[in-house]
Amino acid sequence: MTPKPVLLKILDYLSIVLLAVATYLALVYAPTEAVMGDVQRVFYFHIGTAWVGLLGFVFAAGLGIAYLVTKDMKWDIVEVAAVEISVVFFFITIVLGSVWARPAWNTWWTWDPRLTTAAVTELIYVAYFMLRAGIDDPERRARFGAVYALLGGLSAPLTFMAIRLFRSIHPVVIGAANENQDKMNMTGDMRVAFFFALFTFTVIFIDMFWNRIRLGQLQDKVEQLKLKVM
Amino acid sequence: MPTTSHPSFIHATLAVVRKDLTAEFRSRELLSAMLVFSLLVILIFNFALELNVKERQSVTAGVLWTTFAFAGTLGLNRSMAVEKDRGCLDGLLLAPVDRAAIYFGKVISNLAFMFMVEAFVLPIYAALYNVNLFHPGLLLVILLGSIGYTTVGTLLASMTVQARTRDVLLPILLFPVAIPVLLSAVKASTGFLNGADMAEIWPPLNLLIVYDLIFTAVAFMVFDNVVEE
Repeated sequence: MTPKPVLLKILDYLSIVLLAVATYLALVYAPTEAVMGDVQRVFYFHIGTAWVGLLGFVFAAGLGIAYLVTKDMKWDIVEVAAVEISVVFFFITIVLGSVWARPAWNTWWTWDPRLTTAAVTELIYVAYFMLRAGIDDPERRARFGAVYALLGGLSAPLTFMAIRLFRSIHPVVIGAANENQDKMNMTGDMRVAFFFALFTFTVIFIDMFWNRIRLGQLQDKVEQLKLKVM
Repeated sequence: MPTTSHPSFIHATLAVVRKDLTAEFRSRELLSAMLVFSLLVILIFNFALELNVKERQSVTAGVLWTTFAFAGTLGLNRSMAVEKDRGCLDGLLLAPVDRAAIYFGKVISNLAFMFMVEAFVLPIYAALYNVNLFHPGLLLVILLGSIGYTTVGTLLASMTVQARTRDVLLPILLFPVAIPVLLSAVKASTGFLNGADMAEIWPPLNLLIVYDLIFTAVAFMVFDNVVEE
């Protein structure tokens, strides 16, 4: 295995620094929201984690297609890395959303389209790992994983549309769908904290993604060495 | 019969359907299990939800679709498991036909079982709860919903039979992916049963059609990858 690239090392440290700054911006720098109060500060990280979570799921669907077309194991390694990181980030998103919802909506959970879609999406990718765990042959595992990642990526937006047939109370951050919905109006300082959090989580995502891909390659190598010994 | 020419796509599909239906009508294993199971589900719902006259208005569609979904999983699991158990799937795959034909054959036979269960559940539910379910709109929703559910279900079932944890895995994989079908089917069915405006029924109906089209196309494209040895 090649030693850790310098750029990746830099990225590791950069992630830590950025996370610290983003935390400062969200908790101290950004002004307290007039209606919701301090709990609104959760929102900066909520959106940041949601963004990278979704990014990973979209990647996974694309990588699934790449694997099915090329049958090259490297795409499978990247796909698993994307799903694994995203599942964790998305879980954090849901938890942070719940923390915010308790004072704002007076409930931890509501069956709103976004919340429900988030929960269903999370379940799809948990199922993804259960499917993979049930198959021993690595090549078949990769094929099935790719197919399921593709199906999941297609059904998630449809789930959102299906639940929207019911109704929504989730605030719309950018571009309200209709006038009845709450729209968050951010001041300049809030915008700084918001976009900085987005940037930070993007960097963290890239860093973890890279590390996880390397780990996947390492696992692959170990498996091959084991086969050689046996 | 000339043996050199390959059967056409439609012939191959129909052959798989005929094989499944013949096998089923001889053993009646699958259908009897699905029918008894769906009766039990309705029975449990009756007590779990206190299905009185007022409640029934709003939950009938939900109860029906839950029953179909549960009974459907039972059927999907079984129909692929019998292929796997005695190595029949390998035999099927060796046949010189397009593999998509095998997939569609399986979908059509699974769909046939699902329709039989639905044709059994609807009159029984109607009789037990004294509601009129014979609305052409509802039948259309059932048709579209069952198509979406079995297309995805058959594809996933052919994956799960090859996994170690096969029986438990299918519902876990299928339900989250099939949620758009189930939700829009419930919404559209409730609309038809309560005589809602078509303006209110079209959105879920459209969604069902879109889902059916997308997932039929995707399943058609990826099925080869699922059965490849």
